[in-house]
Amino acid sequence: MDNRIEKRIELKAPISRVWRALTDYREFGEWFRVKLDGPFVPGQISRGQITYPGYEHLRWEAVVQKMEPERLFSLTWHPYAVDPKKDYSKETPTLVEFRLEKTPTGTLLLLTESGFDKIPSDRRLEAFRMNDGGWTEQMKNIENHVAKGA
Amino acid sequence: MSRKAHSVITAKTLATAPVFAALGDETRLVIITKLSDGEPRSIAQLTRGFMLTRQAITKHLRVLESAGIVHSVRSGRESRFAFDPEPLDEMKRYLNSVSEQWDQALSRLKSFVER
Repeated sequence: MDNRIEKRIELKAPISRVWRALTDYREFGEWFRVKLDGPFVPGQISRGQITYPGYEHLRWEAVVQKMEPERLFSLTWHPYAVDPKKDYSKETPTLVEFRLEKTPTGTLLLLTESGFDKIPSDRRLEAFRMNDGGWTEQMKNIENHVAKGA
Repeated sequence: MSRKAHSVITAKTLATAPVFAALGDETRLVIITKLSDGEPRSIAQLTRGFMLTRQAITKHLRVLESAGIVHSVRSGRESRFAFDPEPLDEMKRYLNSVSEQWDQALSRLKSFVER
């Protein structure tokens, strides 16, 4: 069974533009919906507050791994660390990698998230509970966003 | 999915070993494939066709059992093992939900850099 997530998406924007959107903490925060405390620095913890509607009570925390300009940006985190009272630091994090490639029309972004085999079963169930309540809300967000034509 | 369905799964799979780890082995995948027709089988039946000892197969079955993927059913004097697809479905749903979140985030990124 596949234990990683892989996405590829074509972006009609220069690689330098995409790199900035990924690695400038303010720009990242805008599309990812998190208010980050400061810039990304390899080897350091990035902290912030989720701004996604309905999840504003959640903290964001990730460890920046690699920043190879216009090529690779990676970080580790705990997916769905949704309980503010719980300490997730002892669990093995998943690895998120953004790889960029130049194309004739812009940039190809390859995203992978791996390491799901290490996540305890009860944590996965927590994720469903989160989705259970948040699903309709999220669909509305997308609709609004698309309608705005941002 | 209803709350009730959640609590059933929780009680069943909470504190079990990670399902993925249980599946990270060729022998165990073959065992699951054998059992996936829904027919419970004895250890002797499962050992057939493998170059492995009964003890080795038993060990693999224990791993699958602790992950909630198979359970044993008593049948007379011997135990039979049956496939339980729920944890696998649960895993699929989990990955789907994370995957869905990425689709949404990446489409926001797309709008963001292309505007």
